[in-house]
Formats: sequence, C-alpha cells, structure tokens
Amino acid sequence: MDNLQVELQYFLELFLGGLTKGSIYALIALGYTMVYGIIELINFAHGEIYMIGAFTALIIATVLNIMGVNHAALVLLLSAGGAVVYASAYGYTVEKIAYSPLRNAPRLSPLISAIGMSIFLQNYVLLAQTSNFLPFPKLIPEFEFLEPISHIMGSSEFTIICTTSVIMVLLTILIKFTKIGKAMRATAQDKSMALLLGINVNHVISFTFIIGSALAAVGGVLIGSQMGQINFYIGFIAGIKAFTAAVLGGIGSIPGAVLGGLVLGWTESFGTGYISSDYEDVFAFTLLVLILIFKPSGILGRNTSQKV
Amino acid sequence: MKTYSKTFASMVFIAILALSLFACSKTEQEDVKDVATQKTDTPEIKTDVKPDMAQGDTIKLGVAGAHSGELASYGLPTVNAVTIVVDNINKHGGILGKQIELFVEDDVCKPEVATNTATKLVTDKVVAVIGHICSGATKAALNIYKDANLICMSPSATNTDLTLSGEYPNFFRTISHDAAQAKLQVDFALSKLHVKKVAILHDKGDYGKGSATLAKQFFEESGKVEIVLFEGVTPGAVDYSAIVQKVKYNGADLVVWGGYHPEASRIVKQMRVKKMDTLMIGSDGLKDESFINTAGEYAEGVYVSGPLDTSKNPLYINAIEEHKAKYGEEPGAFYFNAYAATLALTNAIEKSGSTDYAAVSHALKTEYVDTPIGKISFDEHGDAIGAGFTMYQVTNGAFKEVE
Repeated sequence: MDNLQVELQYFLELFLGGLTKGSIYALIALGYTMVYGIIELINFAHGEIYMIGAFTALIIATVLNIMGVNHAALVLLLSAGGAVVYASAYGYTVEKIAYSPLRNAPRLSPLISAIGMSIFLQNYVLLAQTSNFLPFPKLIPEFEFLEPISHIMGSSEFTIICTTSVIMVLLTILIKFTKIGKAMRATAQDKSMALLLGINVNHVISFTFIIGSALAAVGGVLIGSQMGQINFYIGFIAGIKAFTAAVLGGIGSIPGAVLGGLVLGWTESFGTGYISSDYEDVFAFTLLVLILIFKPSGILGRNTSQKV
Repeated sequence: MKTYSKTFASMVFIAILALSLFACSKTEQEDVKDVATQKTDTPEIKTDVKPDMAQGDTIKLGVAGAHSGELASYGLPTVNAVTIVVDNINKHGGILGKQIELFVEDDVCKPEVATNTATKLVTDKVVAVIGHICSGATKAALNIYKDANLICMSPSATNTDLTLSGEYPNFFRTISHDAAQAKLQVDFALSKLHVKKVAILHDKGDYGKGSATLAKQFFEESGKVEIVLFEGVTPGAVDYSAIVQKVKYNGADLVVWGGYHPEASRIVKQMRVKKMDTLMIGSDGLKDESFINTAGEYAEGVYVSGPLDTSKNPLYINAIEEHKAKYGEEPGAFYFNAYAATLALTNAIEKSGSTDYAAVSHALKTEYVDTPIGKISFDEHGDAIGAGFTMYQVTNGAFKEVE
C-alpha cells in the first residue's frame, strides 16, 4: 500500500513536470503555428524572440533592483510587461525587415531569411550581452498556500501552468470572437480573397507576429525564473523543441500546438522518469517520426488540399 | 510625405532596438580588449627572450599549446609563465652557463595541428617542451616527441591515459589526472559523507561522462555504496525536473555530477526547490565563480573538488606579482602549473648537469623543487607528486577548503 502511494506520487510528479515543460513548449509553439497558419512560413527566429524576452525581463528586473523597487508583484509585472512589449517590437521589426519584402518570393527565400535572422539575433545578443550564463532573478514569489505540496508542485510550476491556461483561453477568445481574430482566420484561409474583401492583410500579419512574440516572451520570463539562469543560446533548443511540438500537433492548428507541446513535455518527462534520461531527445523525436508516418499532418492537423 | 515620415519613424525605432541591448555591455567589450592585448603580446615574447647569440650556445626550450582560437585563454597564460621564469633564469646567468632560448608554437588545441607543431619543435632541436595544453593535442604530439627522445611536460592535460597507460615515458605533468580527482571524490563521499545510495549524473560530454564513469568505477570497487542511477542529461535542456524527481524516487543521498556548471546549477536549484537535501559533489568543472553566481543561494553546501589551494605560498604570491608587473593583469588558467613545470624542468637540467633525455628524466623523478603549487617531484608515471586536488565546499558564497 505504501509502495503504491510512492509510485502514484512519482507518477504525479512526472506528470506535473511534463505539464510544466509542455506548457512552455506550447507557448512558443503557438507563435510558430500562428505564423505558419497565416503566411506558411516557419519563423526560425521565433526561439530568439523568446530568448530576447527573457533577457529584457532580466535587465528590467536588475534595473528595478538597483533603483530599490522591492515589491515582488510590481517587479514581476513591470519586467514581464516590459519583456512582452520589447519582444513584440522585435517580432514586428523582424517581420518588416526579413519577411515582408519577400512576401511574393519563392517559399524557400523567406525560410533562408528566417534562419539568417535567427543566427543574427543570437550573435547580436552574444556580442551585446555576454556568452556566460546570467543568473535570472526570482520573479515568482513562494506562495504560502502551496507550502504543503511544494515537494510536488512549486510556485513557479503552478504559475507556469496557470498563466499558460489563462493565455490559451484568452487567445481562443481573441481568435474566435473578435474582429481581428476573424480577419486572421480569413487571411489564413485565403490571403487574396481577404484582401479583396477589404482586410488589411499586412496589418493582420504584423498583428500575428506581435501576438506570437508576446507569447514567446511570456514563456521566456516564466522559464527564466524557474531555471534561474539564461544565456544567448537558450532560444535555439527551446525553439527546436517548440517547433517539434507545433509539427506534432499539426502545424497551423492552434489547439494542435498546445496539444503537441503537452504531448512532447509528457513524453520527455515519463521517458526520463521510467526509462532513461540519456534518451530524452530520442523519445521526443521518435514520437514525432511515428506520428508523422501515420498522420502526416500532425495530431490535429487537417488534411487540406494544397492551395494554388 | 506620409510614407517618408513612416519610414523615418520605423528606422528610428529599429535603431533604438538595436542600441538598447548594447547599453549594458561595457564589461564584455573590455574583456575583448584584454584578449586583444594579450594576443599582440605573443609575438613580442620571441624577441624578448631570444638574445642574439650563436646557435649551440643556448638551451632551446619549446612551448606548445593553444595560442589562438577559442581556447587561447587556456594556452596563453602558459606562454607568459614560461617567459617570466626563463627571463629570471637568463638574468641570473642561465643554466649550465647557457642562456635559455624559447620556441613558441601554436597548436590551436587540435590534434592534427599538434603533430605539425611537434615536428617543427623537433626540427628546431629543442631539448624539452612545455605543453601541450589540451589532452587530445598532447596525445597526438607525444608520439613524435617519444621518437625524438624529448621530454614533454604539460601544465594542463588531465587525461588519465597519458601517464597511467605507460605508453609515454617521456611525458610529465604538473596537474593531477582525472582519475585522481574521481578517486578523491569517492574517498571523500565514503569517509566523510557516509552515503549509502549514490546517483551519478553527467552531461554526456567527454569531460563530464569521463569523470562520471571513473567515479562510478571507484564506487563499485569500494563495494560500500549502491549506485542507484547513472545517467546523462541533455545539456541546455529547458527543464531538469524529471531527472531530479528520479533522483528523489531512487532515494539517493548523494548526487555526483560530471560536467560543467550551467547544468549543475539548475539541477541543484531544482533539488532545493523540491525540498530535497540530497548532497552534491562536482569536479573542477564546477570550481568556477560562475557556478556560485548563477546558482546563488542554492550552491550553498555543494562539494567541489579542485586543485590544492596554495594561495598562501610565497612563491605563488611572487608569481602573481611578476605577472602583474610584466603584463599588468591577473594571470589566467594553468599559469601556476606552467610556472611550476618550467621551474621543475630547468631545475632538473641544472641538477643533472646535462640536457640528455635519460639524465633529465631521472632528475625529474628524484629531485624535489619548490614551486607556486607546492614542493613537487614526479612519480614513475610522470604525474606530479605534491600537486593534487582537494575538496571544497560552497560556504557563504565562496569555495572553502574542507578540513
């Protein structure tokens, strides 16, 4: 009986660990999937936006600390808010510089441009900041009501899961029930028809990049405060995993990105917990290969005919 | 007009974005400058120590290692150390009545370049080589020195096989090898920490997995503990909570970490956040200020093995002063080991009264010499006796030697 309880607790811990990790993947994967849904571009610079978000929060929190602002909620709000605004500005600018001029170019050109942008941003932060790992301030305070279960779920995990859930709901409302959401869906379906019906497609695309970047920045701030350190390279690995999550769930599908992120998080967590962490990445990518073999468009991806 | 102002506004916007991240980057640029000055120093060294003298009147000493490329920071301090020691000796009349002449060659820490470097030094007819820096490059060069009967003394190559395999009788080093370090960790864990269950984690890299495997082997040989976990984690992963939970689930009292500080600090942080009081031991890859900086309060209590602290040794203090006087900054990695290597080698040449391979080799193994890293000699394998590792514990944000 005791044994069963230990096993159950272990399972629950791995489940929650996977959920936390998956939520972060999902936040970043949303950016990939929304951009793909609208302009069929894989925005490889997206992981870098996540990294820039984390760096901005770190800088703001440090500056606030020097200025003597110690109110935890205020610091969290200001640095997360600053990170979201700043990363969105980056997302917007990247789109204007690197993708917008290539709107009508062959599909390979914006892809190469995206890879270039990713390398550029990474090296830019490397030169402007440092190549060392920087300690990330503890932005999320310890919640007292979590004290009894803190060995299973800490306050940062709790915050990550709650924030992600709220963001998912808000995003769904935005896309389903607002005017801009309708415009986004229309643009995704048929860009030229949307244009003919008076939708400013360029605005819609910019808006999509801004939303995606904001989500990535939130992910960056959350994971930064959970792990306690960041460097210029964190965007690369997180980006690759989130991209995998987006493809797993069906690229272009918003619920798919969330599901893909969670499935990936759980696979890694349970794979490590029950088999071996040596093969963590092997499990993740084996799953991807298997799903793509049996369902080439991803778990929730629809098999739409190719647009001409 | 409207488009013009819009373009202008977006350009200003981009400029602001681009410049803002640079605001906090002053120190980094200074670092770059330091490296630049150090690099320009390298060519001067040759002119500095090569007095105009007829060939054959000097004792030729080779210095090989990474002097350019990304690992230059590990190799250049050795050049500085050798230069300082040799300058001192030359000022006092040299050894055996001859001045010492230096031949500095770059191997970029690459085995394929190191063979060329070694061949070049052999053709230059040096009597011995201080270097190389990286284990891989050292191994590649050693065969060439062995055939030419040249002594090679490294301040930094820690690969166990270099000495213990017995293949390279011409090889000496002033740093302990990885197995000695792992042995120290294991002995410490068994005698001082009295652990029963051990989890060994590593970062799958050469250094990390290598030291973890050695620790595992020594734990198994002792037969006193149960190794509940031996696993590699992906470096740079988003989260390590699953492996931390696994450590807890297996009831380990001790985590032995093989690898560098970024992953270690995250793992220790996640363990402490999960209210686990599992002990942690790391190797010299953790004995770096950045471990304490990134892990902060969570680093407290972590045990780390690292080179013996000899900072109170007068020779050590003197060596720092000499470096500051000549180069205007604190010495870099392996400076003291290289300093010690040069002292040991020149002392052996002096004591044996010749530059003959067998005689110098014998003197190295029998004569003790005072160096910044302590009083050292060499054992039958070529490892320095007296230059060892010791255990440190992070206490109040600093590494403190464990009594």
